[in-house]
Amino acid sequence: MPNIHLENLIKRYGDVEVLHGIELEMADNEFTVLVGPSGCGKSTTLRMIAGLEDVSEGEIYIGGKPVSRLEPKDRDLAMVFQDYALYPHMNVARNMSFALRLQKRPQAEIDKKVKEVAATLGLTDYLARKPGELSGGQRQRVAMGRALTRDAATFLFDEPLSNLDAKLRGQMRAELALMSQRVQKNMIYVTHDQIEAMTLADRIVVMHGGYIQQQGTPEELFKRPVNKFVAGFLGMPPMNFLEGEIFERDTGVFVSGDGFDLRLAADKAAAAKAHQNKEVILGVRPSDLTFDADASKQEALTLDVMVSEYVGAQSVLLCRCGPAKVMVEVNSETPVALGQTLTFAVNPNGVHLFDRHNEVAI
Amino acid sequence: MQRATANRLTPYMFMAPAVVIMVIALLYPLGYMVWGSFRDWDPSQTIGEAEFVGLKNYITLWHDPNFRESLGVTLSFAFFVVTFEMVIGVGLALLLDRNIRGMSVLRTLFILPMMIAPVVVGLMWRYMYHPTVGTFNRFFEAIGLPTVDWLGANALMSVIIADIWQWTPFIFILSLAALQSLPRSALEAARIDGATGWQQIIHIKLPLMMPVLIVTGLLRLIDAFKVLEVILVMTEGGPGLSTEILALRISRTATEFRELGVAAAMSNYLLILLLFITVMMFAFTRWQEMRANRLRAAVEGDE
Repeated sequence: MPNIHLENLIKRYGDVEVLHGIELEMADNEFTVLVGPSGCGKSTTLRMIAGLEDVSEGEIYIGGKPVSRLEPKDRDLAMVFQDYALYPHMNVARNMSFALRLQKRPQAEIDKKVKEVAATLGLTDYLARKPGELSGGQRQRVAMGRALTRDAATFLFDEPLSNLDAKLRGQMRAELALMSQRVQKNMIYVTHDQIEAMTLADRIVVMHGGYIQQQGTPEELFKRPVNKFVAGFLGMPPMNFLEGEIFERDTGVFVSGDGFDLRLAADKAAAAKAHQNKEVILGVRPSDLTFDADASKQEALTLDVMVSEYVGAQSVLLCRCGPAKVMVEVNSETPVALGQTLTFAVNPNGVHLFDRHNEVAI
Repeated sequence: MQRATANRLTPYMFMAPAVVIMVIALLYPLGYMVWGSFRDWDPSQTIGEAEFVGLKNYITLWHDPNFRESLGVTLSFAFFVVTFEMVIGVGLALLLDRNIRGMSVLRTLFILPMMIAPVVVGLMWRYMYHPTVGTFNRFFEAIGLPTVDWLGANALMSVIIADIWQWTPFIFILSLAALQSLPRSALEAARIDGATGWQQIIHIKLPLMMPVLIVTGLLRLIDAFKVLEVILVMTEGGPGLSTEILALRISRTATEFRELGVAAAMSNYLLILLLFITVMMFAFTRWQEMRANRLRAAVEGDE
């Protein structure tokens, strides 16, 4: 399958520039997820790749060929829309075969292909129904079936699961993951849901304000976010941020602020030294805090527990550390009473530092 | 017990004034017309003095070649007018369904003809069709083409053109509204599926617009059967009977020929025709509603 390359892609609506020079290289058969909050430009980027939006500047290459002037139909791609975009007047079979019928393929081939795809998606019994006679999940499946029948080189997904309820979304997410393993194609997937991004992606591209913030494997982004935005966007519950300053003392390099004074591990300390006496933000994920009454003060946060949210095996504690709120993920068995002041050990590898002015990781 | 009865009657009491007005304003004249159509009735007589002749008026009309010709003129007028208006109106809507600068001004201009009083339209076109000083023939002469005998030999075509000019905007507006309420993403999906502009129109846009187009077409058809003023002003039904549509013939039968009974019978024929179309329209909307309900039921059954 051809690889896709976005070169300095810019999109303007009138005088307003909404995408500022997107550079992106997607490898063959890669599942790329564009993720970001509403208005970050992820859907616009996808629609430009699809050919539904004009490119203001820059170029899109598919398999090395510039395609930004081509019609959508000449780009060899299939797309699944958020609202499914099924043709309401055609039954499921005709919806799925529309592209093939336009290509004037022989009827026998079309029937075979539709049957095949319908079988893999569990739609065989619904082929004669119109979209209006299907439930949301079934419609979603038809939309995917329509893309699969095409046999296009690239699949585009524009928030395909966001119209489904939570349970169905989880189910369809698993099916999508299965499908992407089975059909080896380029997949570009847009979502605002970081869980979808983390679970599905080979490569995540985090976008914000029309810029790419960071791209890489889910693990890379989770463990080594390049800035505060990426750190806060990925991960549930989100990373805690505490304002502080870097100090060097005889006993080591410390990050300290209102309610905490934390000694940095050796590798962090080296990088942090350059920011001595400067304002920073300390970032710690809720899962990197562990309840440990005996932990030394220099390797722990002391927190006042305010609320405990029981979610089954885990509980999320909402605590206070000076003026800031901190979330902690603990085993539900942990004996915690509201109003207590407790010590939580900080995983030394889970300490993130960001410059407070440009929010870039230190 | 008595209170329950009173409660049950309350809604009917509230409806009573409206019913009374309906009976006086709608049913009474209608009944009068139907009653009159069975009589040999001259305007100088009261309806009680007129002689009862049973179905004679209807039978005479059925065999009257002039009535048949008039009916034929009406049918062909309605057919051509609605066909051309649908094609042009929908075509324009498909063309203008896009964001171009000044489109709102253009759209307003397009619907102007519909807002002009029919009598004015008739007068305007009569002057434009004038054989010697009319706009069209002067233009043809200026560019060296032979002139056309608009309201003479080609009278029916001329009134059809005028009606198309006036009523195409009606279909244009409704089609444009239908087009703009189509689901955008379905059209985008069609583009990605490889549909060209024409294929999008034929496979997606027109089928999705169809319910609106059918109702619009039927509304226009009903209107076209009743057209009177424009033709009255332009040709008065002439030359000969070539543009004498039914509405015009009814009015002349009643006033010039002083045969109220025959005119009433003729009105009833027209009424039956229109009633048939209206019932078809209702049946169509009912069928659509039933289909929508069935779809909803099917979806709920699945979930």
